[in-house]
Amino acid sequence: MTPNAKDRTLELHNVSRSFGATVALDDVSLTIASGEIICLVGQSGCGKSTLLRMIAGVDTVDGGRILLNDQEISGPAHFVEPEDRKIGFVFQDYALFPHLTVEQNIQFGLKRRSKQEAAARTADVIAHIGIAHLKGRYPHMLSGGEQQRVALARALAPQPDILLMDEPFSNLDRGLREKVRDETLSLLRGLGTTVIMVTHDPEEALSAGDRVVLMKAGKIVQAGSGYDLHDRPVSPYAAEFFCAFNRISGVYRNGHVETAIGRFAQVLDARDGTPSMLYIRPQGITVSRGPGDFSGEVKNRTFLGEVEQLAIAVKGLEQPLQVRTMHRLPSGIETVGLTVLPDSWLVFPAA
Amino acid sequence: MISAVRSWPKGRAGARWLLGAGAVACLVMLPIAALFLQAIQGSAGLWSHLASTVLPTALVDTAILLGGVGLITAVLGTSTAWLVTAYAFPGRRVLEWALLLPLAVPTYIIAYAYLDILHPIGSMQGAVRWLLGYSSPREFRLPDVRSMTGCILLLGFVLYPYVYIPTRAMFLTQSANLIDASRTLGISRRAVFWHVALPLARPAVAVGVSLALMETLNDVGASEFLGVRTLTVSIYTTWITRTDLPGASQIALSLLMVVVALVAFEKWARGKQRYSTGAQRSRAFEPRRVSTAKGLALFSAGLLPILIGFGAPAIYLVNEAWKRIEFAGLSSRFLSEAFNTIVLASAATIITVLFGLLVAYASRLRPGAATAWLQRLSTLGYAAPGTVVAIGVLIVLATVDGFIDRTAAAWFGVSTGLLFIGSGAALLYAYSVRFLAISAGGIDAGLARIPVSFDHASRVLGQSAAGTFRHVHLPLSKAAITAAGLLVFVDCVKELPATLLLRPLNVETFATHLYGEAARGTYEEASIAALAIVVIGILPVILLSRMGQARH
Repeated sequence: MTPNAKDRTLELHNVSRSFGATVALDDVSLTIASGEIICLVGQSGCGKSTLLRMIAGVDTVDGGRILLNDQEISGPAHFVEPEDRKIGFVFQDYALFPHLTVEQNIQFGLKRRSKQEAAARTADVIAHIGIAHLKGRYPHMLSGGEQQRVALARALAPQPDILLMDEPFSNLDRGLREKVRDETLSLLRGLGTTVIMVTHDPEEALSAGDRVVLMKAGKIVQAGSGYDLHDRPVSPYAAEFFCAFNRISGVYRNGHVETAIGRFAQVLDARDGTPSMLYIRPQGITVSRGPGDFSGEVKNRTFLGEVEQLAIAVKGLEQPLQVRTMHRLPSGIETVGLTVLPDSWLVFPAA
Repeated sequence: MISAVRSWPKGRAGARWLLGAGAVACLVMLPIAALFLQAIQGSAGLWSHLASTVLPTALVDTAILLGGVGLITAVLGTSTAWLVTAYAFPGRRVLEWALLLPLAVPTYIIAYAYLDILHPIGSMQGAVRWLLGYSSPREFRLPDVRSMTGCILLLGFVLYPYVYIPTRAMFLTQSANLIDASRTLGISRRAVFWHVALPLARPAVAVGVSLALMETLNDVGASEFLGVRTLTVSIYTTWITRTDLPGASQIALSLLMVVVALVAFEKWARGKQRYSTGAQRSRAFEPRRVSTAKGLALFSAGLLPILIGFGAPAIYLVNEAWKRIEFAGLSSRFLSEAFNTIVLASAATIITVLFGLLVAYASRLRPGAATAWLQRLSTLGYAAPGTVVAIGVLIVLATVDGFIDRTAAAWFGVSTGLLFIGSGAALLYAYSVRFLAISAGGIDAGLARIPVSFDHASRVLGQSAAGTFRHVHLPLSKAAITAAGLLVFVDCVKELPATLLLRPLNVETFATHLYGEAARGTYEEASIAALAIVVIGILPVILLSRMGQARH
């Protein structure tokens, strides 16, 4: 490892890439500090995996530059081959070589070291990740979780400064996924590795990263902490990516939006009379048998376990409100009182 | 096109592979380009001479031959494919692979064998006369096999597997669900064939027929033995007997036009149909059980093309070869031919596989319009008949040889003579041009089964592009490379027209020896050579039948 490895920063400046007529990345700029864990999140085809491949150097940029520690690694002036970047990669399908054993797979990236060093390092990683019992097996003999760990071990063996992970947990069963994710991330935090991880799962993005980068159609929509993106989304797209809001149309007036269910305070950079959209979180509405701020009729109840989802028809609204509540309503109740909790709504100008 | 420019290397890894693939494509294009130049240079008078003498008969004969062979292979290939897919009867599994066997018999060998089997005073005709009560060939004889009809029939019975293979695959993979669906919609089993299965299989039939017709165009032996003056035969005689290179290249160019027309026909016959296999694994077609009597009839029907296309000639060759060996043993001449055949085919296989690796791996490293075009250009030779390739190679290397000779004479005062043409390098060149499509295609298919993430993983883990090839792709595509090599090897052994035109002086292979004896009308050791070719030709049949089984 180079002495200043801990200070390595990765900078992307106006990176663009298109495949034929499709624009995969459109003028993306981002700076990632050493030791940070970044989650790239977005729907499939938003360019997040392409961005990962550019950073790894297995694909080239059409425009813009990528700098690692102030050195250009992709751009018009220089291109550093992927094998010379010291960047690790865990692939979505793990890409374990089927003709090599677990141990040989892990050793694959240590060709530049002496035999003894390589063997010692392999043993080290195998012990650290706890896969000693798998080392003589071939990839097809491993379960999904085991393959994931081997892929991680292989990527970490050459001690990369930056580790890229493309949907590393999406191939695992639901119960196993959280466990493996927590283990993996605490291990990586312990090593102080810079991690850039791609996911399409909003929950995973919010929980795993120090910083979340939401992408759409090759552009960054918003970057910030999980709280920022969830609580203070900059656009309706960002808002709805992380939460299934109730949308109610209204009109902006005097720092409030006026709707069929009342006035909601929110200062917009808009003139009075602008059509606006009120976004209310399903868990931001309380239900009571007594009167609330307004009333509605329960049309449908879906029991989800910890919470119950209610569809409540409200006079003046086209769509029933979706409400998530832990408060168990007795059956047979039809008319309920509803109250919107503070800080559980957002307002955007109508598109 | 923009993407092609953008994906051009900026000194990135893979640039050298791309250059290599470009060089291979140039090597392949060179003979065809030379052919054009040579044909254009030929005097205008020659064209009108050709147009009035050789071309009319040759074109008409070629057209009739193509039409006849196309019809027979389409009917035989489709019906046998339907037979073994749609009906369950004892022996069906055997027929499934045995129907491939005629592939092992090159066109010139089936013609050679039947010329003797059906000879007016041969045992076959004798048996027919005895059955019918005639005593001499003057009273009764079967129609002469040396005719257009004979040629069409014989070529049809060895070339139908080209249609059988893709059509059966199509029946197996595509139709099952659709056929079930149409039966629930009230269409009878018989009508299903005409209204669903056959229209669905049309692209496969078109591909198969066009391959069979390319083989027909490539054939020089059968047509010549059977007295059919095709374009291919005309090229050969124009060069061999009249040493008229411009004339030969002009006929070769006409032949190339026929090939282009053939490719256009295939595109047209496929129509707009682009069938993709459904996302879910399609169920295997459920064949229908039939009664024992009907099963026996079906089995016999399926056996007939195998007997005609493989059984009879194989038995004949074994018998003749056995008699010959018993009589005279294996001559040293035969052994030297075996040596020549194997050395030439092996050398060509090594070159072709290396070129194929280069082309296939370059497209893997830099997928895009540039490599797609390189791959298309480098596999062009497969569509060109052997004679066309040979004439093209002849023009190129004669120029190169002449240049080297003049340079050597001017600088060192020695004459090098025909350096390339005399040494057999010309033949290796022609083989590689012609069979590069097999090797590049096979290797490409093998590489396609390796996920791209493996390449990326290897690069990120510190291997260069070449290292990735050595440590990841090579071990994982060994089987595909070996199979491609085997196919190339066998095709080199069977190849006749280019071998005839380009072999070094006094070098005989199995194929040329057989041709020589058959052309002279002698039947000495040729049967052993023919048998050797058929035995080697069975290797890819085994490979193909195993691939067919793996699909189930």
